[in-house]
Amino acid sequence: MIKKEMIAMLLAGGQGSRLGVLTADVAKPAVSFGGKYRIIDFPLSNCINSGVDTVGVLTQYQPLRLNTHIGIGIPWDLDRNVGGVSILPPYEKSTSSEWYTGTANAIYQNLQYMEYYNPDYVLILGGDHIYKMDYEVMLEFHKENNADITLATIPVPMEEASRFGVAITDESKRILEFEEKPAKPRSNLASMGIYIFTWSVLREALITLKDQPGCDFGKHIIPYCHERGDRVFAYEYNGYWKDVGTLGSYWESNMELIDLIPEFNLYEEFWKIYTKTDSIPPQFIAADAVIDKAIISEGAEIFGEVHNSVIGPDVYVGPGAVIRDSIIMKSSRIGAGTVVDKAIVAENVTVGENCELGIGEEVPNEMRADIYGFGLVTIGENSVIPDNVKIGKNTAISGETTADEYPNGVLESGKVIIKAGDR
Amino acid sequence: MRAIGIVLAGGNSNKMGELSNKRAIAAMPMAGSYRSIDFALSSMSNSHIQKVAVFTQYNAKSLNEHLNSSKWWDFGRKQGGLYVFTPTITADNGFWYRGTADAMAQNISFLKNSHEPYVVIASGDGIYKLDFNKVLEYHIAKKADITIVTKTLPEGEDATRFGVVKVDADGRIEEFEEKPVVATENTISTGIYVIRRRQLIELIEKAKQEERHDFVKDILVRYKNLKKIYAYNLDSYWSNIASVESYYKTNMAFLQPEMRDYFFRQYPDIYSKVQDLPPAKYNQGSCVKNSLVSSGCIINGNIENSILFKEVYVGNNVTIKNSIILNDVYIGDNTHIENCIVESRDTIRANTTHIAEPGQIKVVIEKNERYVI
Repeated sequence: MIKKEMIAMLLAGGQGSRLGVLTADVAKPAVSFGGKYRIIDFPLSNCINSGVDTVGVLTQYQPLRLNTHIGIGIPWDLDRNVGGVSILPPYEKSTSSEWYTGTANAIYQNLQYMEYYNPDYVLILGGDHIYKMDYEVMLEFHKENNADITLATIPVPMEEASRFGVAITDESKRILEFEEKPAKPRSNLASMGIYIFTWSVLREALITLKDQPGCDFGKHIIPYCHERGDRVFAYEYNGYWKDVGTLGSYWESNMELIDLIPEFNLYEEFWKIYTKTDSIPPQFIAADAVIDKAIISEGAEIFGEVHNSVIGPDVYVGPGAVIRDSIIMKSSRIGAGTVVDKAIVAENVTVGENCELGIGEEVPNEMRADIYGFGLVTIGENSVIPDNVKIGKNTAISGETTADEYPNGVLESGKVIIKAGDR
Repeated sequence: MRAIGIVLAGGNSNKMGELSNKRAIAAMPMAGSYRSIDFALSSMSNSHIQKVAVFTQYNAKSLNEHLNSSKWWDFGRKQGGLYVFTPTITADNGFWYRGTADAMAQNISFLKNSHEPYVVIASGDGIYKLDFNKVLEYHIAKKADITIVTKTLPEGEDATRFGVVKVDADGRIEEFEEKPVVATENTISTGIYVIRRRQLIELIEKAKQEERHDFVKDILVRYKNLKKIYAYNLDSYWSNIASVESYYKTNMAFLQPEMRDYFFRQYPDIYSKVQDLPPAKYNQGSCVKNSLVSSGCIINGNIENSILFKEVYVGNNVTIKNSIILNDVYIGDNTHIENCIVESRDTIRANTTHIAEPGQIKVVIEKNERYVI
């Protein structure tokens, strides 16, 4: 008989449109992080480290990179005879066919998957945060309180609480009220989007609300359960938890890894983070290279200078090139003599020789000032940048560009060149 | 491929000195992120050999750990797989492997129960890439009984620690001298052989009856006039690491761009066990020049012309030059290391100096406790 005490459902279908060109062709959970990792490695590693060995990964937006990355789950030890990792895309049904229209709707469409494992509890996870968390401790909390639903929450500074959904609790941590992005927050316990449901409660709620358009956990399922008097508790998590939903926070949390003793420490022996390793060789640092403060991944070859940056696997930094405060992802090439200042360069990008990235004054981005801010240069994957061009701040480039697309050899601050992928 | 593979990884070599106290040569860490046996196993995997046996005997703990899963070399298949054979006491055998032929004799059932017509035999201490299909094609074209992969050493290199062969115009081996006192030829056996499986079983069983146990001395050398033994001369890179000097030299060769391009970038890849280590971290004040650095390292000091294997910690104000630091070494502040090989999992206390004269190689083994309570 098949029996799993707790299974996890990982919502990995979102685009993460605030990451701009970085997610033009890949789902946000598949975006690389910290050199060799991808964002989804963190919740997946948390699962296996917490003893959760059955994980359904719900995919929808641009799933190819995710699928190839996860495979049969070998890197996370999730290749199991019973359980392990399963990719769950939306599928055609005899009566209806629809995409996943909301977080809870996506889970509802996979009721059969969950039923197969006969679980007592279901853990709902998102694929867009960087953190290390023991879900087993949260499950203990859930059981101790005889809870129907437990939300993971994190204390945030009171002045920032209005950006989150906050939970107001009594002394026993039972939730009395929710407030979504309150103007005057009465609590600083922000919801992390991580839930443990007692299976029967989840099942009943999903079926009852199955016709709710865009059925969502935060907006529909949890308020529904709360209103009818279910025991909803707030589990308080105190540790590193970082949303990487915007280019600014994505860049910042990568940079934090470089600190002398980073708050989020990848070098601890326990609670390892696992990832699919495509590149094994050591990195080569040339005789004329200069490196201070950086993390550099397998197979990289550095001939130039790297300051305060995160370098992915198999990256090439040419002689005389200078990388400063930047993220260079897997297999990208930075040509000789090119200066890169505060940029995010996605995978497999070729930057020509003697370019300058990140020059001039900050000007708000003309297309999406809300996305391409923070003074960053953002270059989407597989892009090509010709030799001898200059690129300003708050800019975005995607696709193979040629010299004639840079007036006088310059892409001014705030401008974009987007030739491939969705905007 | 219509062949099974055998990797002879049981041996020790006194030329390896203290480095072999810890592990079999086949398990020696190589090129920052690999172990020596990865090169033979990857070449077999890339030649589509599906069934491989590794014979281990001497100090096999590190090797067994490294081979605890076959998936890294893609041997985790329904057809075939990776087999590790250590000597066992059975009803009709109470010996260790008394030699390479004896190792095969003790596991003759592996040979008998396979159905592939050919066997590729390799050692675990060679650093190379080789498509065994090409060797097999040659073997069949020459109608050979045994094909030995040979390598012509560059002028001036010492051939006396190898089997030295003399080859006629057709490629047939006329003379085979194992570890001669004076080498008259500079073409040597790489310890890689291709042979028909039934032929191998016959030769091994014969040798067993005669109480002979060494594949080279008792089979290759004795049969060289009776059987057609051909040489397949390798023109690509090959190096044997079974001495401290050659181990040092072969590792240092990876600082050359051509070597990295050949082994790390060109198809096919070399595979190794994946250890889930974070990227290497360079802190302020670190200065690294012309060096290879592996994942999991944390660097605060100065490193020049050196190879850092995985998970090496380098403290402040440290100088490392022309040295090889093996896996998981902690190097305390103000330490100076030059022309050394530092043994794995060692802890070098702060303010230590290990300097060998240029041209010399010092093997550093300190065996300090890492955490003093």
